[in-house]
Parts: sequence; structure tokens; C-alpha cells
Amino acid sequence: MTAETPVLQIEDLRVALPEGSDRPLALDRLSLEVKRGEIVCLVGESGSGKSLAAGAVMRLLPEPAVRMTGGRILLEGQDLAGLPEREMRRLRGNRMAMVFQEPMTALNPQKTVGWQIDEVLKLHTDLGRKARAERTLRMLEQVHIPDPRSAIHAYPHQVSGGQRQRVMIAMALAMDPRLIIADEPTTALDVTTQLQILRLIRELQEGHGSGVLFITHDFGVVAEIADRVAVLRRGELVEQGTADEVLNRPRHPYTRALIAAVPGLTPPAPRSFADAPVVLRADRMLKTFKARGGLLSGRREAVAAVDDVSFDLRRGETLGIVGESGSGKTTVSRCVTRLLDADGGRVELDGRDILNASGRELRAMRSKIQMVFQDPMASLNPRKRVVDLIAQGPIVHGTPPREARDQARELLRLVELSPAAAERYPHEFSGGQRQRIGIARALALEPKVIVADEPVSALDVSVQAQVLRLLADLRERLDLSLLFVTHDLRVAAQLCDRVAVMEKGRVVEMGVTADVFAEPQHEYTRKLLSSIPGRDWTPPDVRDNAA
Amino acid sequence: MPFLIYALRRALQAVPVILMIMVGAFLLLKLAPGDTVDALVGDMGGADAQFIARLRAEYGLDQPVWVQLWRYLAKMAQFDFGWSYVYEQPVSVVLLDRLGVTLMLMCASLFFAFTIGVALGAIAARRAYSVTDNVISTLGLVFYATPSFFLSLMMIVVFSVKLGWLPVGGIRTIAAFYTGWDHVLDVARHLVMPTAALSLIYLAFYLRLMRASVLEVAELDFVRTARAKGAGEGRLMFHHIMRNALLPVVTLLGLQFSTLLGGSVVVETIFSLPGLGQLAYQSVIQRDMNTLMGIIFLSSVVVIVVNFLTDLLYARLDSRIELS
Amino acid sequence: MSLADPTDLPPEERRWRVFWRRYRRNRAAVLGLILLGAVVLLALLAGIYEPVDPLRRAGEPLTWPFQTWQTPLGTDQLGRDILAGILHGARISLLIGVVATVISIAIGVVIGALAGYFGGWVDDVLMRITEAFQTVPSFVLLLALVAILGSSIENIVLAIGIVSWTAPARLARAEFMSLRKREFIDAVRNLGVGDAAIIFREILPNALPPVVVYASVIMALAILLESALAFLGLGDPNYASWGNMIGQGRAVLRTAWYVCAIPGIAIVLTVLSFSLLGEGLNEVLNPRQKK
Repeated sequence: MTAETPVLQIEDLRVALPEGSDRPLALDRLSLEVKRGEIVCLVGESGSGKSLAAGAVMRLLPEPAVRMTGGRILLEGQDLAGLPEREMRRLRGNRMAMVFQEPMTALNPQKTVGWQIDEVLKLHTDLGRKARAERTLRMLEQVHIPDPRSAIHAYPHQVSGGQRQRVMIAMALAMDPRLIIADEPTTALDVTTQLQILRLIRELQEGHGSGVLFITHDFGVVAEIADRVAVLRRGELVEQGTADEVLNRPRHPYTRALIAAVPGLTPPAPRSFADAPVVLRADRMLKTFKARGGLLSGRREAVAAVDDVSFDLRRGETLGIVGESGSGKTTVSRCVTRLLDADGGRVELDGRDILNASGRELRAMRSKIQMVFQDPMASLNPRKRVVDLIAQGPIVHGTPPREARDQARELLRLVELSPAAAERYPHEFSGGQRQRIGIARALALEPKVIVADEPVSALDVSVQAQVLRLLADLRERLDLSLLFVTHDLRVAAQLCDRVAVMEKGRVVEMGVTADVFAEPQHEYTRKLLSSIPGRDWTPPDVRDNAA
Repeated sequence: MPFLIYALRRALQAVPVILMIMVGAFLLLKLAPGDTVDALVGDMGGADAQFIARLRAEYGLDQPVWVQLWRYLAKMAQFDFGWSYVYEQPVSVVLLDRLGVTLMLMCASLFFAFTIGVALGAIAARRAYSVTDNVISTLGLVFYATPSFFLSLMMIVVFSVKLGWLPVGGIRTIAAFYTGWDHVLDVARHLVMPTAALSLIYLAFYLRLMRASVLEVAELDFVRTARAKGAGEGRLMFHHIMRNALLPVVTLLGLQFSTLLGGSVVVETIFSLPGLGQLAYQSVIQRDMNTLMGIIFLSSVVVIVVNFLTDLLYARLDSRIELS
Repeated sequence: MSLADPTDLPPEERRWRVFWRRYRRNRAAVLGLILLGAVVLLALLAGIYEPVDPLRRAGEPLTWPFQTWQTPLGTDQLGRDILAGILHGARISLLIGVVATVISIAIGVVIGALAGYFGGWVDDVLMRITEAFQTVPSFVLLLALVAILGSSIENIVLAIGIVSWTAPARLARAEFMSLRKREFIDAVRNLGVGDAAIIFREILPNALPPVVVYASVIMALAILLESALAFLGLGDPNYASWGNMIGQGRAVLRTAWYVCAIPGIAIVLTVLSFSLLGEGLNEVLNPRQKK
């Protein structure tokens, strides 16, 4: 052993999946080291087995279905394999701790924040009640919770998602553990909150000197926080090195492909649409949500989800609507398609008012404005064949069924799927393929405008790039206008000619993408842009060499 | 203060429900062939047409239905449910007389069904798919399939006829004139079999519900968090799983009360307990419509009150709910 | 991008196989299916076995079971053959179970679907009605209905349907409410599909699995309700019913308890078979529970 024993050593770890899975081993001979005071990022797409690595270290795998079948795990040189469960319990939360992805569900809804931090101290120390209460308070202060004295008595549902994640971190750090495992700790958070949490983890880790195993799928986050990086593909470690090496000089083709798929932050050169006709115009659109009450129950305050929003969309143009959760961007997409009825303002589609269209007019107009949804699984009826899903629109609008189905098969080719896919059901496809089906369905009615609501945010980064490319390509070929709703500024930079930034129901800034990114005018836009993880890292251009 | 407002609002919300029930019941019973006067006359062995017409007028039965309905509702608002010709007393007196026994039976049954059912369900879920679980779950399924009247009769055969341990029926030993503790014990002995017969099916219900609920909660993220904190299995169960798993079980407590009241009809009839259930059965057989209407009113009120109490309990148990 | 290999089996055939494979995994559910098969067999035998009329005297009154081949399960106090009663009772129980369940589910699904899909005041009104029905103890309502309509078998089936639709209504409402918010409903609305088609062609097929599972609970409940009615002497006097047999056997309970016990066991096993069937269906149709 060298002068300093690493906090965590994983050697030849093998984890078996239950029979009938897509592969026998979730992890195959994984070896990894985390040193004191170091943040190691374990990167991989969904299904790579990265979370199971964390489960194996903590011995929290869903046994017996998924179990460790080989290799060694050492915590500060101590082999964990032979330890009885009682000893493992003594280590968990004490010398090694974990932060989970979903702050929403990872805390017990029935216990106060203070109780849940206190539980760690109760389990691992002999401190009296008073001393524990003091320590709990100190922990909350350390993670910068505003007003920690009252936060102690709050229930998880009473604090925001970002604050909940701070509580999780306070809990993990309560015993000053040597090893912290963070499993996608910021994935469920908004971008501005994400940056704060990343900084917090960095700050605390430096203060405590713990080793951190940070699991993520997001190269932006890696660039933000990693000292060293390990890349995992389908259970196998393909590349390992310092952050600088892996991010800027990736060697393995898979890493190169992944990094090539990360959207850069440089918007395309502006195109001019001054001469193109306006196809969609929103004018002072309004939508408020009233909390519905019964006959006798009290009414809650109304919330303005869309407040005085106006924009033009010209033929062939792509307008991005960007904002964080709760900004009202999704409501905009639902109002212009009249899936929700707006409370005020005008929306014109091809010069005709859609908000006041009668039932029959609306039905006819719907063929001109189609949607692509966020969740490709939830947006396809699981009980229908692909061909029927795509042909449904034209059939409703009067195309003879046989003809509509033939067209549907053609459309599959257009979205780069085999026509053989037509006879299958949605669950037989991967996420990216399903999203292609969703796009084909939207195209079937030959619309002028496509409203895309976070169409790639549920997809892995490599698939994301392909779908974005497909959308860009179709837009050119079919002269489509795109209203593109997203929370991801990197994605917006790739595709949008202009962007509208929304905050609390209002558009705070709108302009040509390149201008907005280069010289943001509004303070909120500046904050958003400076919160993009890894904004100082420009993905190297490795596309040419990539497989 | 917010609590009072909440209680008041709930009471107001109950009014249309009760009104709907009573109007529905009234019109339904009007559909029945024959009315109170027919039944009375039948009892007397016939009477002349003039007398019948006078009786009809006296009871207001010669009026159009909606007038009768209006009069009934107006009286109902003053808790006057008319006269029971079978018991020759005002219906309200008859009802209050019978309410105590039924409430006693309900509460005892619900208590046993809930506590034992929840405990067994939790144990079965803890040892899911083990022998213990299989035994408990199978018993649960069999209990769930056993009609209370069948169970009652078989218990009578075993415990009264063969073993002679428990009385066959009634609420107290006739002509024993027990007082004090002896009286309480005597009543308790009379309630053992009815309670068991009534509660078994609900015990099975809570058992199955609790088992499923515990299994579901055990999979949730916060249980994994607690495990990652180093909590042992016992701690996980008592501090993290149980409280959350109880919530869906508690919600159904109020709903079950209504079916439990229905079940008391059979059990009280078999064990000759002088409660509302037995009264309901007799009123149907004897066409004592006023009493039947009274029973429907009273049991609806009881169910609504129990629902209200359940909601209060739920709000106590679930930190996410605030009464409003 | 590689595609899913199109050389797999055609989906239709595969579906049934998957269905059966999943169902078979639960041994208790298979037992339920066997039990149910046995009950169906009993009901079929009722037309063949002598005496064909179970209400006729067939032997010496109060013969214990296994005494004579003439009446293998014994006779009651009127000398009626208990086995014949069991066979004919199976018919009544199955009939009640199936028809009452169909009525109850049909009412429940329509009301639940309307309330869940449209929400707003439609939901308010329908849910208040449901609440009223749930507040009145269902067995008391059932007694009143049968007393008024008369105890013919048709009326009993109808009355049981009327008192048991509330739970499926709530279930259907919850399903419709959650499905209505799913993106695929937005997607078809955006295609211009009308409300009726959305309710019946898009949502209903997806909402049915939990309702089908619940139907087994209603069937069990319907059989229990009918037997309780018959036990109290309010069943249809023209048909042999297990509940009625127990009710009449009560008079000779002290000496000849088997007169009650045999039909009682028949009820328990039949209801059990439906419960087990429901568990199996639940695992097949709502597979999210395990894993």
C-alpha cells in the first residue's frame, strides 16, 4: 500500500442481472478508485449500470434479483465483502453516505426535516438529544438552508426541490463520512438550482476532505465538477482519466461519440426570415389557473401561468421558448394548440383566429398545427399499432383508411424507421424510436407548424443528437415552422433561430439566438446562461474521427 | 377556529347527501305495493272501505306524492319520523332504543378487524412469500370468502351446542339481573360470537390491504434512503414504512362502516340482538315503512359522522394534509 | 439506428401466451381457476343428476351424508337431496355472480367515465350521487329493493347490481382522471378526434384492466349478497339456493349441522375461486406491483 490508502477501491466488480435481461452482467469487471478529497464522475447513458455500482458499494442492490457475483470493494482498505449485515449498517450513513436523485421522493413525507437528519445521529452516535439538535442545526446551516431554525420543523413537502436536496446532503454529511456517493443528485433540478447544488457539493467536499463518487449522464455536469472521469458503457468501463484528458482528448470511440453528441453552446449563424409570411402569431396571450374548489370549500389564489405573451413565427423559422419549470412554457404550447383554452389574447394560425374557432373550424385547423410531446412512451396509446397511430389523424380528417396507412408507411421511412415497424406496438421500441413515431404522427397531417414540447429531454444524449438532427433536416425539407419548448439552453442553441426566455409566465427577453447568447439583456437570462453546467468547456470537435 | 369552520362546512356538505338519500328512499318506498294502512288493515283482519278511507286521510296518504314528501321532509327536519304501528311508539324512540347495541357491535367489530388485520398484514408483508406469509394470506382469503351467517351458525354449533361456552343469542342473560361488572361481563359474553362473525371478513380485508400497502411502501425511495443511513429492518418498519402504509387502510375505514352496518342485519338477526340491523330486517318483513325510513336516515347520519372522524384521523396521520 | 428485429412472432398470438405464462406463475390463481372449473361442472351436472328437481322429497328426512348412494350428501328435514341442492345452487350462484356483475360494472363504468373525463360540475353531481349510494348501508338498501320489487330471481339480480356499482364507478373515475391527463390523449385531441371516440376508443381500453380485476371482487360480493338474502328467506322461492338451504337448515342446526355446513362450504369455495382468479388477473393485467 502506498502512503495514502484510497477512500474507495472497486476491483473487478461483477454484478449479475436476473435471467431474461438484455445482458447477463450489469457490471463486468469494473475497477475504480476514489481518493481522499477527490470527485470521481462515473458517466454513462441509461442502462449502463452506473447506479448499480453505487448500490453494490452500499450493499443496497435489489437482491436476490440483482446481486454481486465477483470482485472486491474496499472502503479505506477494509474489504466490505465479508462483513455481516450488522457491520454494514454501522458503516452506512456513517463512513459512507449517499445522496439520491429524486429529492421529491427520497425523504419520508411523514417526518420533519430535523427528525430525518437527527435519525442519522441517533443511529451512529451516543449524543444526547440536545447535542444532536445542535448538530442538526449546524448541518442545516452548513448546507445554506435559509432560516434553519424553522426548517428543522418543516415537513419535506413544505420546502422546495432544491432545499430538499440540501437536506439530503446535510443528512449524508452529518457523520462526516469518508465516502459520499451522489447518484444523479441534480438531474431533477432546474438549471439555476443545479449549479447551486453542484457548488455546494464542491464546497463541502473540500471542507470535509471526503472522496466523492458522482454518478451522472450529463457531460456538462462532469465538466463542472469532476477531478477524474470514468466512462461506462453497458457495464464495461471504456475509459478512465483526469477530467481534462477525458473531456478534451477522449480516446475511446464511445467516449468520443458521446462527447460529439453534447450540443455546443455556439448558436448557428442567424438566418433571415424577414420576407417569409407569419404562420403563427400570438398576441397578448393570457392563461390563469384557478385552484378548483367545491361548492363550499374556500378558493385559493389564481396563478397566472401565461401572462401577456406575444410572438410571431414565420414560415421555416424555429422559435425556442426556454425557461425553468413553472415558467409557463408548456402552457404556451398547450394554448396555441388549444389543448387548453386561453383566458385572453389572440392566436392566429395562418391569419385565422384559433382561440375563437368553432368546433368544426377548429377540427379543420388542427391539421395545420401539430405537436410532438415530451414523453414518447406516454404520448403513444400503448394499445395501438404504429401504423394506426400515424394514420389516425388523416383518417379523422377524411383520408380513406387504406390510403392513410400507405402514407403512414412512407412516413416511417421519412423519419428513418423501417416500414416493418408499422405492424408493431409502441412498447417494442426504444425511446428514440418512439419519438420518431411521434414525429411521423405529427407530420402525417402535413402541418405548417409543429409545436415540440421538450421533445428530446427524456432521451439519452446520443439519441438526443440524432432526433435533433432529424428535426432540423425535416424542417428544411418540408419548410416547417417550429415552436420549440425546452428547458435546455444547449438544445435551444442548436436548433432555434430565435429564442423567447420565460420567467413566471412572462417573456422577459426575445431575440435572435446568437444575440441573446452573446449579449443577454435581461438579468434572468444572464443568470440562466451562467448556470449552464460546463459553460466554460467547449466540447472538442471529435466528430470526424468518431465511429 | 379553523377546525370549527371545517366541521361546519362538512356538516353543510352532508345536507344535500342526506336529502338525496331520503327523497330517493321515500319515492322508492312509495313504489311498494301496499302502504301502511294496508298493512294495518291486514293486521286487523279487514275493515270496511269507509274506515280505510278515514285512516288514509288521517295518515295523509290521500294526498299527492309530492305533498306527502314535503310533509315528511318538514317533519324529518325536526327529527320526527312518524309513528311505528308495529312497536306502537314514535319511530325516533324505537331507533334510539336500538342504536346502543348496534354501535357497540360495530365498534367492537371494527376495532378487532382493524387492529388484528393490520398487524397480520404487516407481519405477512415483512415475511413476504415465506411460509408465515402463505399461511396468513391463505387464511385471509378463506375468511374473505366466508359469509357471516354461515360462520355464525358454525360457531353456534361449536361454542354453544357442543362446548356450551357461549350463549346462543340475546344481549343479556334473561332473568339473571346482573349488576355492575357482572352485567358488563354478561353483555361481553353475548357479544363475542356476533363480533367475531361480523369482523372476520373485514379483518381479512384489512389484512390484504395492509399487506399490499406495506409491500408497496417498502419499495419507495425514502425507505432506500433510510437504509442508506444505516437504519435496521425494525426501525425501517416502525418509523418509516408503517405510518405511510397505514394511510390507504385508514381511508377505507369510513367506507367500510356502511357495509358493516349492512352486515349487522344478518348477524343481529341470527343472534337475536336488539339492534338496528334486526330492526331493519323486521321492518322490511312487517312493512313498517316509517321505521325503515328512520333506519335509513339514522344509519346514513352515523356513516357520515364516522367518515368525518376518519378524515380527521387521516389528517392527523398524514402531515401533507391540512384541514381546509 | 438498428430496428427491433421484425422476425419475432406475430404479436397477437404472443399476447395470449404471455398472458397465460404470467397467470400460471401464481399457483393460487391456478387453484382458483380449477375451483371455478369445478363449480361450473357442478352447475352443468345439475341437469343430468337425479333428482332433477332439488325441491322434491328424495329420501328419508335427515339422512346423514355418505349413508346411502341414493342421497350421497344426505337429506334435509324435508327429505330433499342435498347434493341436488348444491348442483342447482351452483347455477344460481354463477348466474347471479355473472349477471349482477355485468350490471354493476356497466353502471359503474359509465358513471365513472363521465365523471372522470369531464370533471367539473358533471363530476360533482355524479360523485354526490355515488356518495349517497355509498352512505346507505348497501344490504339495507338491498332488503328494501327486494321487498318492494319482489323476490323473483330477475329482481334480485337487478337489485344486487344497483347496490354494488359505486366501487367500480370510483375506480373507473380514478382511471379516467389519470388517463385523461396522459399525453397520448392530448395527442389524439390535437389530431381532431372527438370526445366520444376518445372516451370509448382511446381511454376505455386502457382503463379496463383494473376494472376487470375488480369484477372478480364484485362477483364474489354478489354471490355473498344473494346467499345472505336467501338465508333471510328473501330469495326466489322457486329456485334452490345455497343461502336458502342454510337458512332452512338453521331449524335443525343442533342435531343435523351438516345441512348448513355443506352448502356453506360450497359458498366459501366458490367465492374463494373468484378471489383467487382476481389475484391472478391482477398479476397479469397490472404487472406494476411486483418487480
